[in-house]
Amino acid sequence: MKRSQSDFIAGFLFALPYLIGLCVFALYPIAMSFYYSFTRYDIFSSPEWIGLANYTELFGDRFFWTSIYNTLYYTFISVPLGMLVAVAAGIAVECQKFRGSLSSGLSFFLPSITPLVAASLLWLWIFNARFGLLNSVITPVLDFLNDFLDSSLTAPGWLADPSWSKPALILMSLWGVGGTMVLYLAALQDVPQSLYEVAELDGAGPFRRFLSVTLPMISPVLFFTLVMGLIAAFQVFLQAYVMTAGGPGDSTTFYCLYLFNNGFLYFRLGYASAMAWILFLLVIAVTFLVFKTTGRYVYYEGEGA
Amino acid sequence: MKPRHPATVIMVYTLLGLFSLVFAFPMAWLLVTALKPEDLIFQYPPVWVFPPTLKHVKDVVGGDVFHFKTYLANSLFVCEMTILGTILSCSMAAYSLARIRWSWRQPVFVIMLSTMMLPAQVTMIPVFVLFKQLGWINSFLPLIVPAFLGSPFFIFLLRQFFMTVPQDLMDAATVDGCGHMRIWWQVMMPLSKPALATVGLFAFLSAWNDFMGPLIYLLDENRYTLSLALAMFRNQYDTQYGPMMAASAIMTLPIIVLFFFTQRTFIQGVKMTGLKG
Repeated sequence: MKRSQSDFIAGFLFALPYLIGLCVFALYPIAMSFYYSFTRYDIFSSPEWIGLANYTELFGDRFFWTSIYNTLYYTFISVPLGMLVAVAAGIAVECQKFRGSLSSGLSFFLPSITPLVAASLLWLWIFNARFGLLNSVITPVLDFLNDFLDSSLTAPGWLADPSWSKPALILMSLWGVGGTMVLYLAALQDVPQSLYEVAELDGAGPFRRFLSVTLPMISPVLFFTLVMGLIAAFQVFLQAYVMTAGGPGDSTTFYCLYLFNNGFLYFRLGYASAMAWILFLLVIAVTFLVFKTTGRYVYYEGEGA
Repeated sequence: MKPRHPATVIMVYTLLGLFSLVFAFPMAWLLVTALKPEDLIFQYPPVWVFPPTLKHVKDVVGGDVFHFKTYLANSLFVCEMTILGTILSCSMAAYSLARIRWSWRQPVFVIMLSTMMLPAQVTMIPVFVLFKQLGWINSFLPLIVPAFLGSPFFIFLLRQFFMTVPQDLMDAATVDGCGHMRIWWQVMMPLSKPALATVGLFAFLSAWNDFMGPLIYLLDENRYTLSLALAMFRNQYDTQYGPMMAASAIMTLPIIVLFFFTQRTFIQGVKMTGLKG
């Protein structure tokens, strides 16, 4: 009896810093942000209860829908494409490792640890329509095609062009898939060599082996990165804030940028809190949906017979 | 596996080489621009070979507009405190959740897991209001104090590690008269150096790269951290890509150096945390 009491005290005291953190930085803010979402609040005067007004206003807010469209556009292209590139990079590194070279692994990995602010400035310069790296590569190719086809194709304006700004940011996101690649690489190395040998004996070619052996074996990791990737992409903010400030037009006004602007630029904290709660529910819904729909395609070793 | 035709091998390796080259290209562009003489930067098509200059680097480090030394000192201070706070608070909570039998252990763990996916946007506004009421705006406290109050991800990571330490060691220490305090500090902590290194490294990275925190809480330019100052750089220097790339390279360099010195810890950390993005 004495023992368990002193254990409780010790356990509680050791966890105390975190318990305070949990209350102050998680539980209390969740409750407060829910409350704020039903108020008009500009931080200088106290919150004023307005019921569902923030939510009804949101549903009629053109920018709200634009920001949702931009975010979904970005998410549903950059996440699957990023996974594809990461798998390709993982396989490329795995192939080369037989020759003892890790340098290609580095060229995939280093971009992913570049601070996002630094990467944003770098890509701002790469996307520069007149002097940037990207168009200096694309323009000669287009010139050649133009000569050949007698057409008049010109290189995109990237961040200066509303229809190219989102693809530009997606392209930039592909550059940072190195972290995901490391996860895939670890999973690829865990696939037992014997499975490939058996498949080869059965007459499976490289493509078939990838489809029937590699893919099922790495599916748990694919699944994990899909969920994490979707949630991270919903929260895309920094690139747009630093590189485009949401422009040109509203083409890169992503959900969290609009949320931030409402909260800290227009000081509509209640309105921003309502947006935060919609995002929260969206994250939960998507996670749930992904678990429901993709879950049964994921193969976990040791499950079943 | 069957031996492959040499032509196939060469083709595959060329493709792989090209693929990794595409990824290396932007980084090369960053360095090349940072070292390029001013008058060549807007030359089109871009030149890759030229006598390199350190002018931009010197401008950034010793400049009048960009107070590099101040920002660096601020960043390092926030990073140090974050590492210290994270390691102390998270290892204590992890010890409690892994090694002390108390009745709240399981409920606290479950609540912690369920807050791990919580989007920062949900808590951002109330926490801002709270810090404003405390009068902490424009100080480093909002960036540092949370680190001393635990972070679910790191607690989880350390808890998993603490669970693997043999019970015999703890029993022996208890027989020798050690209380939980001494077991935590003199048994668990020394045994967990690899895990603590991972946590410290990633606490550093998150503080070094943090943008939203400084953006919301730091108002005076002489309080800016490097990442915030770099973003504001865009407005100050507009299209002066030389200094801009030099500053970006300087901010990236410590991380790359750190990576080369701690490769194993680094990769281990990426695998365990699943690196965001």
